Amino acid sequence: MASSAVQPRGLKRTFITPEGVDLRLELGSAGSRAAAFIIDVLMIVAILVAATLALFYVARGTSTGGEQFIAIIWLIGAFVLRNAWFSLFEMGGRGATPGKRMLGLRVVARDGARLTGSAVIARNAMREIEVFLPVSFLADQSVEGLADTFLVVFALLWSGIFLFFPLFNRDHLRVGDLVAGTWVVQSEKSKLSADLVGTSYRARRTFPKAALELYGIYELQTLEDVLRKENPDAIVTVAAMIRAKAGLPDDGDDYGFLYDYYVALCAHLEANMMVGRRRESKFA
Amino acid sequence: MNAPLALPSDVPRVNATRFRQAHEEDWEQLDRIVSRMEKRSIRSLSDEDLLALPSLYRTTLSSLSVARDTSLDRALITYLERLCTRAYFQIYGVKTPAWRQLTGFFAHGWPSAVRALWRETLFCVALTFGAALLAYFLIRSDPTWFYSIIPQGLAEGRDPTASAAALRATLYDKEQDWLGVFATFLFTHNSQIAIFAFALGFAFAVPTVLLILYNGLTLGAFFAVFAAKGLAPNVTGWLMIHGTTEIFAICISGAAGIRIGLAIAFPGRAPRMDSAVGAGRTAATAMAGAVIMLAVAGLLEGIGRQTITSDGLRMLIGSTVLVAWLSYFYALPLRRANGE
Repeated sequence: MASSAVQPRGLKRTFITPEGVDLRLELGSAGSRAAAFIIDVLMIVAILVAATLALFYVARGTSTGGEQFIAIIWLIGAFVLRNAWFSLFEMGGRGATPGKRMLGLRVVARDGARLTGSAVIARNAMREIEVFLPVSFLADQSVEGLADTFLVVFALLWSGIFLFFPLFNRDHLRVGDLVAGTWVVQSEKSKLSADLVGTSYRARRTFPKAALELYGIYELQTLEDVLRKENPDAIVTVAAMIRAKAGLPDDGDDYGFLYDYYVALCAHLEANMMVGRRRESKFA
Repeated sequence: MNAPLALPSDVPRVNATRFRQAHEEDWEQLDRIVSRMEKRSIRSLSDEDLLALPSLYRTTLSSLSVARDTSLDRALITYLERLCTRAYFQIYGVKTPAWRQLTGFFAHGWPSAVRALWRETLFCVALTFGAALLAYFLIRSDPTWFYSIIPQGLAEGRDPTASAAALRATLYDKEQDWLGVFATFLFTHNSQIAIFAFALGFAFAVPTVLLILYNGLTLGAFFAVFAAKGLAPNVTGWLMIHGTTEIFAICISGAAGIRIGLAIAFPGRAPRMDSAVGAGRTAATAMAGAVIMLAVAGLLEGIGRQTITSDGLRMLIGSTVLVAWLSYFYALPLRRANGE
């Protein structure tokens, strides 16, 4: 069943609630976190540009006093956008900036306690040296025409260490996460998908016991993914593979075959599980 | 499995179906309540929902346990895992209301964080004044030192070649225009430096120490220029009105950075991670406070100093503000926090 996507198992973390249940939190992947950050930065830049233009427009007709007032608003606004955008959103109920929310991420305390304001401030103030310092440093120097090779290399190296820091530790912690005691987890909202088997099921095929002994739970759940995604290519491939392996004839209805096989295999594995024979995969 | 056709059609074939039928309503109700809490707050829940929440949460959590052990429907398990995770963070990770966080910050969070950093703060203050003295004596003995300490742009003519009258004018001239803008600019600029001083502490505190050192050198260099023309008391007043607050704030944010660097370099008995987290949170609180102090300093510098030109009054204001900060941080009796 090579065609379906295998869930990455490296991102699951044990997280026991006070009730003693392991929630198996899934950490945000480096890619989605980077994407979330880029979305946030683009939003900040867009707001800054729009606000600057709007303030310019307003400032055209006013007196010096008005201009001063607008300049103050701009300075404070830019400062708040740069330093408080991340913190204020993460302190809110969802624990996520708009970018993180779009990618289904949220910030939580590693110990499972509530996320305090100080932790949020710590993790975001650290961003100053991770991203803004090398960027503004380079920008300053290149404006003045002073950005020689050494400085560029140094700035790249510096930001490289911090940018790739999440890739070099087990829990994908950013420097800010490390200092603040937080981590970023997947927290998506999902609807309960339809019951695949259901009560109105009527089996049209039966399978010999030998055909049901071929696979374990892992293969069953991979088959579940194939059936839910309904990708025609995958269905054809998987059906052919199972038929070949079980030595069953091709009846031309791939989806129906897989569906019946899924139900039969599920019932078979479940019955075994109930008597203590849990079979994790075909190798077990 | 050879006789599946013998089953009547309405009997569920697998556990997942049975399980879904029995509990789906509970899960969906929990989903609805949690979604509402995420969108608005716990306040927006009706009394019934509020009462139902704990038991729905526990039901769903036990559904998850049971589903993992008895069901092979991965979509169901994933759904329950996600729902339980969202509910967990709404129930256990619940936010303290913003106003309570804010009062907590001023009543105990900020002063106790600053108090906890007293050693590092003392070190930064000593470093600032040590560096200032060093720069002062260097420049008094050989004024050319000034140019190696202060970049051209920062001096704005206030260098050893300036006349006493010109220097005096920089201390007392009013810049009525753009006064507020100037104050705001100073505030944002200094705050950015305070945040850097905090964040740079991560590199084992070395850059933070350098930053504080340089700050002290600048201070001493300017003082030496004015003192050479007999303007020492005047420049003291000019610096003190806002400087007591500003230098203190920079020292505190430097102390915050040093605390992080030390916690990572020398964690002591605690694991390095825990040590870093404890230091990081205390330091972040102190740094947020330093930004507030710098806003006060910006007001004093941009507005207070421009309107008050008497040296005595400038010094008086500067010392009063300093005493106020000191008593707030170190003398205020703190009651233990119950919230954070």
